[in-house]
Amino acid sequence: MPTLKIDGIEVTVEPGTTVLQACEIAGKEIPRFCYHERLSIAGNCRMCLVEQEKAPKPIASCAMPAADGMVIKTDTPLVKKAREGVMEFLLINHPLDCPICDQGGECDLQDQAMGYGRGGSRYQENKRAVTEKEMGPLVATSMTRCIHCTRCIRFVTEVAGVAELGATGRGEDMEVTTYLGAALSSEISANVIDLCPVGALTSKPYAFTARPWELRKAESVDVMDALGSNIRIDYRGREVMRVLPRLNEAVNEEWLSDKGRFSCDGLSKRRLDKPYVRKNGKLQAATWPEAFAAIAAKVQGLNGGEIAAIAGDLACAEGMTALKDLMSGLGSANIDCRQDGAKLPAGSRAGYVFNSGVAGIDQADAILLIGTDPRKEAPVLNARIRKRLLKGGLRIAAIGPKVDLTYPVEWLGNDATAVAGICNGAHAFAEVLKSAKNPMLILGQGALARLDGAAVYSAAKAIADNCGLVKDGWNGFNVLHTAAGRVAGLDLGLVPGQGGLDVAGIQSAAQSGQVKFVYLLQADELDTSKFGSAFVVYQGSHGDAGAHRADVILPAAAYTEKDATWVNTEGRVQLARRAVAPPGDAREDWSIIRALSEALGKKLPYDSLGQLRRRMLELAPHFAAVDRLTPAAWNVATAPGTIDGSWGFVYAVTDHYRTNPIARASGTMAECAEVARTGSVKAPEKMLVATNG
Amino acid sequence: MLQDKDRIFTNLYGHHDWKLAGAKSRGDWDNTKAILDLGPEGIVDVMKKSSLRGRGGAGFPTGLKWSFMPKQSDGRPSYLVVNADEGEPGTCKDRDMMRHDPHKLVEGCLIAGFAMRAVAAYIYIRGEFIQEAKHLQFAIDEAYAAGLIGKNACGSGFDFDVFVHRGAGAYICGEETALIQSLEGKKGQPRLKPPFPANVGVWGCPTTVNNVESIAVAPTILRRGAEWFTSLGRPNNTGTKVFCISGHVNNPCNVEEEMGVPLKELIERHAGGVRGGWDNLLAIIPGGSSVPLLPKSICDTVLMDFDSLREVKSGLGTAAVIVMDKSTDIVRAIARLSKFYKHESCGQCTPCREGTGWMWRVMERLVEGKAEPREIDMLLEVTYQIEGHTICALGDAAAWPIQGLIRHFRPEIERRIEARRSVAVPAMAAE
Repeated sequence: MPTLKIDGIEVTVEPGTTVLQACEIAGKEIPRFCYHERLSIAGNCRMCLVEQEKAPKPIASCAMPAADGMVIKTDTPLVKKAREGVMEFLLINHPLDCPICDQGGECDLQDQAMGYGRGGSRYQENKRAVTEKEMGPLVATSMTRCIHCTRCIRFVTEVAGVAELGATGRGEDMEVTTYLGAALSSEISANVIDLCPVGALTSKPYAFTARPWELRKAESVDVMDALGSNIRIDYRGREVMRVLPRLNEAVNEEWLSDKGRFSCDGLSKRRLDKPYVRKNGKLQAATWPEAFAAIAAKVQGLNGGEIAAIAGDLACAEGMTALKDLMSGLGSANIDCRQDGAKLPAGSRAGYVFNSGVAGIDQADAILLIGTDPRKEAPVLNARIRKRLLKGGLRIAAIGPKVDLTYPVEWLGNDATAVAGICNGAHAFAEVLKSAKNPMLILGQGALARLDGAAVYSAAKAIADNCGLVKDGWNGFNVLHTAAGRVAGLDLGLVPGQGGLDVAGIQSAAQSGQVKFVYLLQADELDTSKFGSAFVVYQGSHGDAGAHRADVILPAAAYTEKDATWVNTEGRVQLARRAVAPPGDAREDWSIIRALSEALGKKLPYDSLGQLRRRMLELAPHFAAVDRLTPAAWNVATAPGTIDGSWGFVYAVTDHYRTNPIARASGTMAECAEVARTGSVKAPEKMLVATNG
Repeated sequence: MLQDKDRIFTNLYGHHDWKLAGAKSRGDWDNTKAILDLGPEGIVDVMKKSSLRGRGGAGFPTGLKWSFMPKQSDGRPSYLVVNADEGEPGTCKDRDMMRHDPHKLVEGCLIAGFAMRAVAAYIYIRGEFIQEAKHLQFAIDEAYAAGLIGKNACGSGFDFDVFVHRGAGAYICGEETALIQSLEGKKGQPRLKPPFPANVGVWGCPTTVNNVESIAVAPTILRRGAEWFTSLGRPNNTGTKVFCISGHVNNPCNVEEEMGVPLKELIERHAGGVRGGWDNLLAIIPGGSSVPLLPKSICDTVLMDFDSLREVKSGLGTAAVIVMDKSTDIVRAIARLSKFYKHESCGQCTPCREGTGWMWRVMERLVEGKAEPREIDMLLEVTYQIEGHTICALGDAAAWPIQGLIRHFRPEIERRIEARRSVAVPAMAAE
């Protein structure tokens, strides 16, 4: 382990540490623009120059490996001068248009110019101007401000895995651009906005809406996929202005999917802000008591078997707890949270979570994807697989229709019976899994939400057993969910009770008239035409599929508007804090159900969030371990079945940008979906006109 | 003065046959196997003893460079890369060597490649050198056909391939790591060092990049011995060197001379003297556009080798002697070089990308005296802000000519500013 001296402070660092990192360990701040710990080292901004004893020139600390006996100085006149020089160079062609720049107030260049720059510039020549670039609906560009740190290029190439950003030209004519001005095709492209140390790449939807110092912040959890990326919601007054990722090494590192970041404009559109009751076939605005009365009138006299409830993708744990208690109060066992019909068992937790954890991907040396397209279902997780693959020593194979996952995969064909082939050892990849140290399979909802889903599940479980995926300290059996609320639903037992009906059962029973009352909690991702003449109550935030079919609509808070518990695909319990108030009469899910229970004469025994959460802990004690991952015992029981080989897998997410009511209400997501559909951004007319004069 | 018997490049002017038969008649490929029989260590040893310093500009000892290559492969192959991307303004030596004496280079590749246990040599040749690339390829094909390279090269049991790769016309690709990037098909931008190419070079494998001349002289050194080579020139500046003399001389030429030849003698004897006589000399850039110029007073006595030129704060560089007589607008000449460096900066690192443009713009103003006197010092400071702060040496190369100009011709710059001030006061006010 090299020991070096930094400004007289002796530090011992891990081999492979750079001088810059060593300086940080020694408590010395080193300014930088191009260096980023999650990207390759470029060493091009030259801001991090430090003095090394006996070296003829200052060294770029970000690129220099720390070596034993080095003597580094970071506070000498030479270093100060070097920094001032680089800072001056960076600023000579920078427009200094901070007052009209969206990065103002959170700009590295601004901050470091204050900290390390000279008071003024000696540059009197004309400044460079760069033609605008088009990068699609998410990233606004102002390339005149670019300082050529190449962070964006390295992110897109290395992390996102789409080589669509690069530099053209040489010297001061070097320009960062997309290939032929096309939009970035990555689902995590907008992270370049966070990476850009200046205002060259900024958020297009957020453009000119707020200054960072006007915003209040709430720490929350992304619900656009089941990864549970940690986010920070920036809001002003009652409006969510933007969503940014929060650092969590175990989950999303510091990335966030574009959907998680930019679907927030959907929070102010198509909102349900008051209760509605259908009268004479038309939905009419009502008061809460009127809505409850309409429900009570319907439920009166129904027995438990005639009542059913379905919890959807965006239902939080609190709401589902209340719903479950209400249904048992009403004597109904017809409750289900698997609205896509995935054949997942609720009993054993290890059977439905991503057991090895997202961070476990870093250790995997063989991965089998079954019926999952992680790029669409959990883009940030997909980037993590890619990161692991780039490190080398990983074999990855997939069963399902061929898609571009941004990394090479051995495609084993889209034959569902291949799962059985691997589990009985007939398929060659079984050997790869067996000989791997940390083998992993990732089971997608596309493999489970089919008629023979139980058989596929059982075969996948058998692979885990037969190929040694589960061993001491390692469980490589991983279910990748697509719905943020699913694991919590399974944890809380929102599955059919004794003699109860699942989603398909509820729908057919509704059509046959057996079920007369259906309660949809944030459930939109199902065929709402299949409820026959049943009385449907829809509780949710958006006027989407569920609301259209509903007889009574109960307006609920969206994920930004409530304190809620979310459990991600790993089974990690995370708390989201309320940022803004729900619109109009909308209320938090659990409090609506609590109020309704009183109207139905089955009053639930909790009056506050604290009391509710105590009840939640009774149902699922592991919810107490917030942010921690507790390994689940491997005791999954399955019933073997026959896999129907005549149908290939269909991935759970095909239209990535429109998977839930919030995303569907978002104009930004609609634009993204359009770009994804047409394959490119529409020709930037503004630019064409400009260049044609 | 170098005697004909000590010349290495005996067909520098293309008077004789450049193909294999002609090359053999001049002694190339003469029992190359015997040289290879010295073994890698033996060859490197002779090269070290010869004190040959790299002929590409930096003057790093060639034998020492070869010795950095791994003696034992860790599974990766080693490569020799020959830098034939001769782009330094004023330099045209590699061009004539490849055009008129390509077999010297091909034989040198085999010997150098053998000495560094490489599996192949890649000759990265400047894209504009069309005839040279053709000759070189022809020579390589001849050598393959004659069994001199390829499988069992020269009957030594050593397999060695030589490839020609044509560049696309970027000056920066003559920088060794940018050349490696370009060879790999990437944007020609210098890489960070460390890791050095001897550890991680082309395609991540150990690589040595050498100038054409360094490689081409190796066979002769090994044939005639290190003592012969060191008997020429001065200690630490041994051997012969091809000088490229251009500019205001009566007979611009390439000429092979002994290292340490007096600059004046070089020009008078080989280039027919300065146009209008030695006294008409204004300044000389002694080593290609990157090194600081020398005024006549220094040119009178200075010797042409690495250490002598370093003592006068210039450098031997590629030994491209650019002669400027008194008709030269010296400020304009250096401004033109600044434009060149601005144009050729790769744009990767900040000081060079931003600084070269800044320097050029100020230089353009200085040409016409459109500046304040204090801007001369500011410009000088900007050059120091670039020098030594960049990834590669292009930043230094852009800074040095200006430093040389200000060091030796400051009064001329001040005179122009003063002259403009005295006539153009109203115009200045209007600005």
